[in-house]
Amino acid sequence: MRHRVVADLSGLPICGNRRSSPSWWGTLAFMLIEGTGFALAIGVYLYLAGLAPVWPPAVPPDLAAGSGVTLVLLASLMPNLLLGRWAEAKDLRRVRLGLLVMLGFGILPLVLRAYEFQAFHVGWDDSAYGSIVWFLLGLHTTHLLSDLIETAVLAALMFTRHADNPRRYGDVKDEVTYWNFVVATWLPVYACLYWGPRL
Amino acid sequence: MIPDQRDMGLDDAALQAALRRVWSSRGGLLGALASVDHKTVGRRYIVTAFAFLLLGGVLAMLMRWQLAQPEARLMGPDRYNQVFTMHGTNMMFLFAVPVMEAMGGYLVPLMVGTRNIAFPRLNAFSYWVYLFGGLLLWGAFLLDMGPDVGWFAYVPLSGPQYAAGKRADIWAQMITFTEVSALAVAVEIVVTVFKQRAPGMSLDRMPLFVWAMLVTAFIIIVAMPAIVTASTALILDRLVGTHFFNPAEGGDVLLWQHLFWFFGHPEVYIIFVPAVGMVSAIIGTFCRRPVFGYLAMVLALVGIALLSFGLWVHHMFTTGLPRLGESFFTASSMAIAVPSGLQIFCWLATLWGAQPRMAVPMLYVLAFFFTFVLGGMTGVMVASVPLDTQLHDSYFVVAHFHYVLIGGAVFPLLGAIHYWFPKVTGRMMREVTGRWACGMIFLGFNLAFFPMHILGLWGMPRRVYTYQPELPWAGLNLFASVSSVLLAGGFLLFFWNAWRSARHGAPAGDDPWGGPTLEWATSSPPPPWNFTRIPVVESVSPLWDAREALPVAEGLRLDRRELLITSLMDATPEARDSSPQDSIWPLLAAIATSVMLIWSIFTPWAVVWGSIPVAITLIGWFWPRGTPEDES
Repeated sequence: MRHRVVADLSGLPICGNRRSSPSWWGTLAFMLIEGTGFALAIGVYLYLAGLAPVWPPAVPPDLAAGSGVTLVLLASLMPNLLLGRWAEAKDLRRVRLGLLVMLGFGILPLVLRAYEFQAFHVGWDDSAYGSIVWFLLGLHTTHLLSDLIETAVLAALMFTRHADNPRRYGDVKDEVTYWNFVVATWLPVYACLYWGPRL
Repeated sequence: MIPDQRDMGLDDAALQAALRRVWSSRGGLLGALASVDHKTVGRRYIVTAFAFLLLGGVLAMLMRWQLAQPEARLMGPDRYNQVFTMHGTNMMFLFAVPVMEAMGGYLVPLMVGTRNIAFPRLNAFSYWVYLFGGLLLWGAFLLDMGPDVGWFAYVPLSGPQYAAGKRADIWAQMITFTEVSALAVAVEIVVTVFKQRAPGMSLDRMPLFVWAMLVTAFIIIVAMPAIVTASTALILDRLVGTHFFNPAEGGDVLLWQHLFWFFGHPEVYIIFVPAVGMVSAIIGTFCRRPVFGYLAMVLALVGIALLSFGLWVHHMFTTGLPRLGESFFTASSMAIAVPSGLQIFCWLATLWGAQPRMAVPMLYVLAFFFTFVLGGMTGVMVASVPLDTQLHDSYFVVAHFHYVLIGGAVFPLLGAIHYWFPKVTGRMMREVTGRWACGMIFLGFNLAFFPMHILGLWGMPRRVYTYQPELPWAGLNLFASVSSVLLAGGFLLFFWNAWRSARHGAPAGDDPWGGPTLEWATSSPPPPWNFTRIPVVESVSPLWDAREALPVAEGLRLDRRELLITSLMDATPEARDSSPQDSIWPLLAAIATSVMLIWSIFTPWAVVWGSIPVAITLIGWFWPRGTPEDES
């Protein structure tokens, strides 16, 4: 078929805003997948709780470690927000700083998480309650871990010759969005695991 | 190559030469393994899925041989359990879902007028993971380790107490492979449709097949996490002693059924909705008019998707759930017949007075109408609790779901293969052979499966490896088995036709059927860059309305793989983004992932140590190389 040229695209930018980036939409799609996973896992918790004559079958969990994780995650939203702004402004020095700070905020909850597993006084193989508690904590820990590795790789990348590139700042903004998601998924899990048994 | 060279002012030959330099894969084995062209990956996916169809068909014939007479001795009960489990698992997870997504992966970028799928490396990764998952399942079967717990692997039968050994773990981990690959393709399709449509292709100008694939991708995204959760919990119960499904420690066996069917029912629509899109594409082209009721068709697709999540309990009517719940799920199960029926009426309205061209794709559509409507009717029957209580786990159900899945999905798929074969290979499939195959498949299918309704009504349970001569089932079973030979013969003829036509078929040209959508605007097979100039869309049938010359856009770069990003609703151009180059890393990442997943059947530490190579390969995959594609 013959062609009839009706439009000239040469004036378009080669990197649009976030909404124009396939990777931003891909991040959203993966958040939908993982968010559904969290919703289902919480559904399993509530389903098992609904069946049990006594819930939880052990003493309610100690609040300290889990609340500590929650506070750290909430506190991390502030530097995360700043990191997003610095990436928007393409301020390489501050983006490097922000990524290093976020690396710290990635490690701290993992340290506290180690104590969290003990705060429930139940093993994964003691009962269905233990199984779903460890499952939920494990699911979220996997997200913390994979995000930590992602942040570390991105931080390393920002100290190389590939750093000063709008595409990299876009990657940082995707990372900022994803961290918000990791925090957001923790809040219902925290409410369910720690406050559900106290209702 | 000149930096920032553009495609303006070049003649077609010079333009194509420049595009070939940046878009072609390198030759040789390494080049083939590293290819991220959605057409290469899509072709591999489709051929692999049909190979699994062939293998699953062999198992089906073995079962029919065994059941042809009472107390047959071809297989013992243990082998038979493996064979029917493998048949169902293979057909659902290794054939039906992957082949539908593969058709989308191949066709959607062409139909929306872009140069490659979004996240092409993820696409290549998903194929390798799928292939390795299939090899795991079949390798285990050949080693007498094939799963034997049914394709839905109910606990406690599949739990640690009743399923010793690794057979059930093979099943559960095969699920992980296929889910990872399916979810990856779903994300690619969503982003391709959202952001890479040709300028002017607003949502209401999208081909119905693209709508169908978009809806399917969303069903996959929301449904598949349920089976991932379920199979992970099953593996944990079996490997590290959790108690999700152990009632003695507060677990629950019905939890498995809820999780499985929350995925399993939408799964039917993951297979059926793309088929609906294929039917719409074929009917439009062969009637030479747009499908009647575009908006109604789209709303019906979305309606089916939403309702498909409210039906899962109808697989569990005999488990003693509360009556109110059963009534709700009866109502919703019947309700989904409404959007499905709406589509049938829209197609009939399109056919009305159209004098459709009766080529093979259209014959398969007619076979679909007849068979799927029958399957839908028996679906409405088993949606009612009293009847389902009688027919549950009987051959009536076997007949019902084969009518729905083969009639509703495989017939349209075979029609679609005939329809798009010239686009993929550049050659036509032989018409006469195609007619014979279609006739044999249609007749063989109905003769083999219709008697199973009656066998079910006469009380024959599914999944029995044999039956006694005193029971009144021998005659119809023999009839079904003999008829299945006709069905298998039809399939063999189809395969032979495809194989032979790919080599010796008549050259097809760009648009052999006079189709209205963009895939017909490029050569057959399409070049690695799909479109020499990006088409501009002004209607829902751009090729019919273009008359002599296709409106196109220019201004893209020729020194890197560049494609066009457009807005979500109206597809107005937003940016020129790059598309990644070929890479061997997706294959390496898939190998690392496969090692970790298979290893973890044997020890939980595999997840710890196995994830290190996965992380390394992913870093290799994403680390920028300073290519023009990385510029921004």
